[in-house]
Amino acid sequence: MAHRRKKLLAVASGGGHWVQLLRLRPAFEGADVEFMSTNSAYAKDVGGHLYAVTDANLWNKLALLKMFAEVAWVMLKVRPDIVITTGAAPGFAAIFFGRLLGARTVWIDSIANSEELSNSGKKVRRWASAWVTQWRHLAADDGPAYWGAVL
Amino acid sequence: MILVTVGTQLAFDRLVEAVDLWLERNPSEKAFAQIGPAEYRPQHLESQDFVRPDQADLLFSKADLIVSHAGMGSILTALKYKKPILIMPRRAALGEHRNDHQLATAKWLGGKPGVTVAWEADDVARFLDDRANLRGGEGISEFASPELIANLKNFIHS
Repeated sequence: MAHRRKKLLAVASGGGHWVQLLRLRPAFEGADVEFMSTNSAYAKDVGGHLYAVTDANLWNKLALLKMFAEVAWVMLKVRPDIVITTGAAPGFAAIFFGRLLGARTVWIDSIANSEELSNSGKKVRRWASAWVTQWRHLAADDGPAYWGAVL
Repeated sequence: MILVTVGTQLAFDRLVEAVDLWLERNPSEKAFAQIGPAEYRPQHLESQDFVRPDQADLLFSKADLIVSHAGMGSILTALKYKKPILIMPRRAALGEHRNDHQLATAKWLGGKPGVTVAWEADDVARFLDDRANLRGGEGISEFASPELIANLKNFIHS
């Protein structure tokens, strides 16, 4: 029986988050994947198309509001079955709206957070179907899971 | 060419100034710096606040040495191109980042092939004087660990 291909939205803000997301690409084979980031020039990395949203962090409330609105718009347009993100704030927003829209969501905390989970990573817990750290020593039965690392 | 980069978000004047002052004493050395929304304007170092991602990639591939904040984007890119990278961690106490995760990154990766840590700005000049001894790593795989890829695939298709 043929299954419908899953629609996947892969999300990361710029810099290290984006570099880590790109390292996950083999996992996306077999799904229809769209990318969302904070810099439209990253489109070149992913075959020409991505959704660009405002860069914002938890410390700039106005930019944060704008970014959440933009992410909501993309989510309504793409209607992904699955959201996968390596952070940071735009990934949080995508998981939040993804969950409201019935998607299954994965938060992969940046490998940079080797001593404790990131701020967004801590806050996203209740919205993430899978809540993942890249550090074995940070994983716990009642905490984030360890699934491997980007390096 | 020495490439200095502070990443895509925040300025890191302490690092840029350290390299700038070193270049004052080493004017024949070629260098370029991406300095972010900086206050400190280097005098001896050609710089731009930001560069486009494809341009950044080209600069990494052409550089002989990367001098960088301890951010994963810069480190993973340097490792990919087998370039030696000298990292100086940002410190939250100096307002350089929101927390000290870069100190943790420096502790974790310092001493791995290709990665050298300048804990303080004074260390930067010392390592730059000795740059002939900074070597690139053996390269890294293009993608995440097979374990992470397999777990994600499993999640996507379950």
